[in-house]
Amino acid sequence: MSTTATQAQPSRLRATLYRQRWPIGYVTVILFLFVLYEFILPSLVKGVTAPITAWLPVATINECLMWAIMALGLNVVVGYAGLLDLGYVAFWALGGYTAGWLMAYPFNWTLNFHLLSPVPARAPGTHINFWLVCIIAGTLCAVLGIIIGAPTLRLRGDYLALVTLGFGEVITQFFRNSNDIAGRNVANGDPGISSIDPIGTGPLGAAGIAPKLLSNSAAGNVWKILVLGLLVGLCIFISLRIREGRLGRAWLAIREDELAANMMGVPLVRTKLLAYAVGAFFGGVGGVANASMITTAVSPSGFDFGKSVLVLLMVVLGGMGNVWGVTVGAFLLAWLNSNGLKQIGVQLDSWFGTSLAGSLPRYNYLILGLLLVLMMLFRREGLIPEQRTAALMHTASRTEAESLGADSVEAASETEAFAHSDAKADALIAASAAAVSPVLNEPEPEREDVR
Amino acid sequence: MSESLPDSTQLGATPNSGADAPTADAAPPPTRPTATGTVDPVTANVLYADHITIKFGGLIAVNDVSFSIPPKSIVSLIGPNGAGKTTFFNVLTGLYQATEGTVFLNGRDVTLIKPHLRAAMGMARTFQNIRLFNLMTAEENVMVAMHPHLKAGVASTILRLPRQHREERQARDTARELLEYVGIGHAEGELARNLSYGDQRRLEIARAMALRPKVLLLDEPTAGMNPQESANFNDFVHRVRDERDMSVLLIEHDMSVIMKISERITVLDRGSMIAEGTPDDIRSNQTVIEAYLGKTGTREGKRNKT
Repeated sequence: MSTTATQAQPSRLRATLYRQRWPIGYVTVILFLFVLYEFILPSLVKGVTAPITAWLPVATINECLMWAIMALGLNVVVGYAGLLDLGYVAFWALGGYTAGWLMAYPFNWTLNFHLLSPVPARAPGTHINFWLVCIIAGTLCAVLGIIIGAPTLRLRGDYLALVTLGFGEVITQFFRNSNDIAGRNVANGDPGISSIDPIGTGPLGAAGIAPKLLSNSAAGNVWKILVLGLLVGLCIFISLRIREGRLGRAWLAIREDELAANMMGVPLVRTKLLAYAVGAFFGGVGGVANASMITTAVSPSGFDFGKSVLVLLMVVLGGMGNVWGVTVGAFLLAWLNSNGLKQIGVQLDSWFGTSLAGSLPRYNYLILGLLLVLMMLFRREGLIPEQRTAALMHTASRTEAESLGADSVEAASETEAFAHSDAKADALIAASAAAVSPVLNEPEPEREDVR
Repeated sequence: MSESLPDSTQLGATPNSGADAPTADAAPPPTRPTATGTVDPVTANVLYADHITIKFGGLIAVNDVSFSIPPKSIVSLIGPNGAGKTTFFNVLTGLYQATEGTVFLNGRDVTLIKPHLRAAMGMARTFQNIRLFNLMTAEENVMVAMHPHLKAGVASTILRLPRQHREERQARDTARELLEYVGIGHAEGELARNLSYGDQRRLEIARAMALRPKVLLLDEPTAGMNPQESANFNDFVHRVRDERDMSVLLIEHDMSVIMKISERITVLDRGSMIAEGTPDDIRSNQTVIEAYLGKTGTREGKRNKT
């Protein structure tokens, strides 16, 4: 009894470990980054730490993580359901502004309301806990997604893309003019809302383990890795889980063949709306994370069309439909955009004596565009593609090949048959073929048309 | 997330599967709806299309065609190219709206009901040129069609609640059973695009059957099959009818298949119904022969010509 138990124990443990390999791997990476920047780097000599902090500063890691949330959200819409969304920045903006409304010092109104916020109780303005704001913003964006999706998702392909593009612009313009919406200052117009609350660390902060507020300081930035890491982890978790169920299948089916999916009982508008809503939820959370941890302020100029394109690029370059590809794509592009290009410029300068450090970051869209063109030429399916899509890009489907002509397929199967048969059969076939060939080579007699 | 369905049959419960199914010979003869009023065509038939007319612009694709599918029957729709068969098919499934006329499914007026709801109510189809979800596995293809019968929502999927887990497992079992039933049980994990042509046709039928329909609409199912496969198909359709309690409507070009398989044949030509009857009736019907071969093809035509 006991022996079987001890035998079963390790294998069961190994099976569990194998099944949970992505959460384990992911947590390890995030914890490693945290430990590296919190404990290891400060104790090392400057010669070792300098290149690390130059190439990958903590602030950049945080930015990458924030963009990963966005890319994962857009991946649900574009990668899973196959709906091209060129206005994804709208949800990011609305999420950011929700943070501006619910967790910042007032720009206009003086409604004082505090809920589990780290901000001192006597401070003016509405201050609600970061996690609650995330849920509120996500829900708000999901609702907005459904509202704009309901009329537009009846459109197909290109038309949908155009409408979403317009919608993204509308939202930006709305916030740009938001200082005077029917005579009311709704979101402070061009200057936007500044001084959004940082995240409080609650008991950890009180115990002196973590800084009390995760502000844009060196200490705060390191701890943000954990917060953002948790958010990204949740997004990955949701993306993976939702993919496996009834809804994920319906999305895939719609992506593959909308009409057939409809005929198989999949309600098109409802299913697409759900993809939109889930994607918008992620976008809203990304917006709050950005406003609270990266920029600490929101203004309309930050939410331009370029950002929509950037997120789409992350999804496409990373590998549409694959959660890991999209995450890697987000990291790569966010890194290039925030720090990588500058650092590459600095490196080139030190090698060749050029002066690229200042100009290279300004050419970011040119460089990203070139990257995209190269990817489309040489690796259309993305860095880490979805398994099923990878096959599509490089091989013709079986029926497609067969439609080119039964002859080619027959020829192929015959060659296969020859390859598998043994030598004796080969000889037999060859002999019979030789016997038949004079007949075959004879010109066909002219036949009268039977019809 | 759950759709409101007219029938609340449980997943995996295939009624009447095998045990007390009557044999092909013992199948009740299809009740022919008559105009005398002894049989109400709406309630007597699984599917009843009443005086359907479809116009595309000024073009009349289908002209005043009435058509019925009795329970547990095998009926066919034939006609030369461009006769309006597929158009008529698309009206039945809800892809097109009829300009005039009414469609009844299980005695309910479904004329204005959307395709996915009709599918959920018991109407499943295959496509003339195969339309599978190419980048999904055979098993997934079948599971997509269970969408209306599954209940899991967003939250229960993300949290993987026990109920959702059980439902998924049952759905997978049913899908495998269906793949086995149509004879491609070995290919459950293959992407649909990698299957052979014949297997893709089989997969389409399995997918349609996953909807647990009352009536299965097959659009040229034997296209591209060799004679042997066609013969097997004949048995298969009878098996589906007898064991799965489904009516089958076929659109076919292959006359040998049609004549062997059908209990009743409806012939369309240029949008209008020109004949309806048993295979023997149709075989000897002068109008049908003319429609297919042209007037000159018939003896009468030749006589006129000379």
